[in-house]
Amino acid sequence: MVDAASVLRLAPHIVFRFDDTRQRWIMMAPERLMLPDEQAVEILKLVDGEASVDAIVDALAAKFDAPRAEIAGDVTEMLQDLADKGCLAHAAR
Amino acid sequence: MPPVDPPLALLAELTHRCPLACPYCSNPVELERASSELSGEEWRRVLREAAALGVLQVHFSGGEPMVRRELPALVAEAASHGIYSNLITSGALGGEREIAAFAEAGLRHVQLSLQDHEAANADRIAGLAGAFERKMKFAAAVRAAGLPLTLNMVVHRQNLDGIGEMIDLAQALGARRIEIAHVQYYAWALENRAALLPSREQLDEATRIVETRRERLKGVLAIDYVVPDYYGVRPKSCMNGWGRQFLNVMPSGTVLPCHAAQTIPGIDFPSVREAGLVDIWYRSDAFNRFRGTDWMPQPCRDCDRREIDWGGCRCQALALTGDAARTDPVCALSPDHAVVETALRQAAAAPAPLVYRQYR
Repeated sequence: MVDAASVLRLAPHIVFRFDDTRQRWIMMAPERLMLPDEQAVEILKLVDGEASVDAIVDALAAKFDAPRAEIAGDVTEMLQDLADKGCLAHAAR
Repeated sequence: MPPVDPPLALLAELTHRCPLACPYCSNPVELERASSELSGEEWRRVLREAAALGVLQVHFSGGEPMVRRELPALVAEAASHGIYSNLITSGALGGEREIAAFAEAGLRHVQLSLQDHEAANADRIAGLAGAFERKMKFAAAVRAAGLPLTLNMVVHRQNLDGIGEMIDLAQALGARRIEIAHVQYYAWALENRAALLPSREQLDEATRIVETRRERLKGVLAIDYVVPDYYGVRPKSCMNGWGRQFLNVMPSGTVLPCHAAQTIPGIDFPSVREAGLVDIWYRSDAFNRFRGTDWMPQPCRDCDRREIDWGGCRCQALALTGDAARTDPVCALSPDHAVVETALRQAAAAPAPLVYRQYR
């Protein structure tokens, strides 16, 4: 389960990078290309194996000057979904 | 025609040579020989052109790609352009030393084929004694090197009942994903269709087992399950559409929109020995032939799903009707759908002996 204290990193088979040809951020798994939307890109940029979900929410709330509770819900839901798909791994608790 | 997007993936068939002889091999019935293969230097050029074209992923495949000594250099070439590289292997050649070299070169992922969850039937299907044991060691070496592993299980009438055990084996081997794909009936598999098509009851039971395991293993093991299109109502979106996302370079350099396309008569498929990939992708007749929807016959042309299924598979239309430009007959709306029902009835009779892949 992903919760506020979770520290996540990309799973080893996942690559998240900017693609010059398409001029957008992409996430790749074997035989799969995911095109994260702008909101997902902002979240994924902060998934570094060190920041907790709580810290990611703080950073986004500050950056976008948005209500923290709303952001926390969106972030947790997205990260849980990616973790269920095997795209993210828990770095530590 | 709408603008053509750059391709996402390249299937690099480095060779057709392989120690296994699986009777459903996706290679053509006319296997290409070593003497016609592209050199390592030519493959490096192909990878550079692919990167310039916008290719994001390369699948090194074959035959068995590990028969090519240049493989680590090719992985490194792909990595230097930010291309995600995936090795699709039988695991019957090499072990720790080779895998360490791939990891060092920047390989991102390994897909290992298995023919069954237990040695006797697996080796019988692969046509090679001892293959299963080698694969078990290979899987362990992949995990020891820290590389992510997907198991590829091709399923059919002669191994489908062990599908639950296959999933358990994938978990035990430390795979994070298992791809269970029913045989697709082209080339060698088409010759063996009566021996390989499962029954409806067998298929339903297998699907039930997959769904139960999938729920239980959520977040632990991803299960990709491709059902046999002969039992479907609508066709698969083959390659996500002709010339939309994917290109395949054969061992000799011929470029195809899918690995079976060469069976289609009347198309002059270009070669990387004569043209650049950018030119081939955007301007060749071969890649434009079935792009978009303009080529479609009825019932595809007015179908709500024409940009979902893209008319199904051109090679299957050819194989089953003799005309690549017809609706894929697995679609229940196809005027040719009866040929699929006939094939299912034939397979329900006594199973035929297997014809193994070989040079003819």
